[in-house]
Amino acid sequence: MGTIAENIISNHVGKGVRANDIVVCPVDFMMSQDGTTPLTIRAFKEMNGKKVARPDRYAVVIDHNAPSPMEAVSNLHKEMRTFSKEQGSILFDVGEGVCHVLVPEQGYALPGSVIIGADSHTTTYGALNAFATGVGSTDMAAALISGRTWFKVPQTIKLEYVGKLPKGSYSKDIALRMCGRLTANGATYKALEIGGEVINSLSVEARMTISNMAVETGAKAGLMVADKKVIDYVSGRAKYGFKGVEADADAKYEQVIKEDVSDLGPQIACPPDVDNVVPIEKVLGQHLDQVFIGTCTNGRIEDLRIVADVMGKHKVAKGLRLIVAPASREVMEAAMDCGIIQKLVKAGAAVTTPSCGPCVGTCNGIPSDDEVVLSTANRNFKGRMGNTKASVYLSSPATAAYSAIKGCISDPREVLA
Amino acid sequence: MKELYGRTHKFGDNINTDYIIAGKYKFKSTDMNEMAKHLMEDIRPGFYDEIEDGDFIVAGHNFGMGSSREQAPLVIKAAGITAVIAKDFARIFYRNCINVGLPVIECDTSSIEEGDELRIDLERGFVLNVTKDSRIKATPLPSVMVKILNEGGLAEHFKKHGGFNLE
Repeated sequence: MGTIAENIISNHVGKGVRANDIVVCPVDFMMSQDGTTPLTIRAFKEMNGKKVARPDRYAVVIDHNAPSPMEAVSNLHKEMRTFSKEQGSILFDVGEGVCHVLVPEQGYALPGSVIIGADSHTTTYGALNAFATGVGSTDMAAALISGRTWFKVPQTIKLEYVGKLPKGSYSKDIALRMCGRLTANGATYKALEIGGEVINSLSVEARMTISNMAVETGAKAGLMVADKKVIDYVSGRAKYGFKGVEADADAKYEQVIKEDVSDLGPQIACPPDVDNVVPIEKVLGQHLDQVFIGTCTNGRIEDLRIVADVMGKHKVAKGLRLIVAPASREVMEAAMDCGIIQKLVKAGAAVTTPSCGPCVGTCNGIPSDDEVVLSTANRNFKGRMGNTKASVYLSSPATAAYSAIKGCISDPREVLA
Repeated sequence: MKELYGRTHKFGDNINTDYIIAGKYKFKSTDMNEMAKHLMEDIRPGFYDEIEDGDFIVAGHNFGMGSSREQAPLVIKAAGITAVIAKDFARIFYRNCINVGLPVIECDTSSIEEGDELRIDLERGFVLNVTKDSRIKATPLPSVMVKILNEGGLAEHFKKHGGFNLE
């Protein structure tokens, strides 16, 4: 019988489907951002699209290059605002947040749903039991017109995390370890089903970090079950009906990987590949010029709380720039209400508008030649942050925060354990 | 679909969409001809000037990993490249290529070298290395993708059928 992916898609197409079947499937929610919406609009028009089939189920998010740093970008943003207004669809404008933090927060990512986003990290919503995957602009336009998209039902790799995550290690360390182990194409064309007692013990926010990075293994989705924590998270936010979907006991998996994380220490992805992951011990002392905390991977309130705890009363190391971008307005407000923003600013951090800017190299923190950055993001490719001569390491918020006060890659267990 | 003939530009494994077209360009414009000048700029400066219309990009594993940006296949097309041949592709990129009508061929590219002249037969699923006088078998495209590609991409498919007509 079915995996989570097979069962969600079966429910949507009204017949039992199995891996490798090709289906045209109704979509519950759609999202595109400012890097992909202009081409979506172009494709929509080219395909003779007149009306978005479900304007209440389509959101445009202006986050990748926000606030606009230049005229050409401003004009594209304007085009997106005009399209949203004409169509009566949802618009999250500059400052409202990063798409993959906003969509769950606003109650559009729900258990058992099918979601497509014109952004590869759409897999994030798998933590809420949504079959959610990234598509290009033409696929998005086709779905806007028809309310449907086509899928090849993926095979599934099951990842089961057991044991107890040690102090100082977080869901990001599990995510990085997962990328290192599966490699950048280990799950291409496949879905991941991620569970086990360790996942159950994590908060919903922490789980999203792992599903977010599922795509870094090539996966189409990073699915988890809708347990009580997920139902509690979505109740009160949900914008449409939902029902959690589980795998059947006799579901067929392409592979099952069980891993005990009881000894997992902080992990670091070294430049220039996300799967180039090492235990922190291998890179301790690496000099840093900039630390960036934020993004759809690790810019949520729980992440900022960890950062504030780790930093304590310390200041940002002399000569190092700490840039913090809370990932949504809701996160920013929560961080102000509990004094985290004030604390970070006083410690010497540059707190910026919720946006993807530094992560994707568009604005708000592009490193200079030969500089080294430690980031809580999900990608460290050459040039990713906007400069091919800079290098980027990836870590958890705890590691990033502790390294920011030390001036080099440093082990947060020194203050946490 | 017609046969393709062209010259090889060889790349390695894990060529990601940031390398194909950097984020710093894609957010500024939807002018693919302008963006094409920056194709692979971060890993092979001056690449655009080396391309002649009809050339192929040949690569190793996981070509097109990373972002969902459709600018990646569009920019490759705008630069004059008529097909991408690799050992395997990242999922979203592969789909985007089909949707915009850029042929993608999965086959063992180990023996193909920079400058080799290739003949691609998409219909019968093989790559003929004219320079080396060898024939490489390609993985056949799923029938849904062949249909979309033959109709000139997903936009054309939609225009022709007024929606999805794949099942």
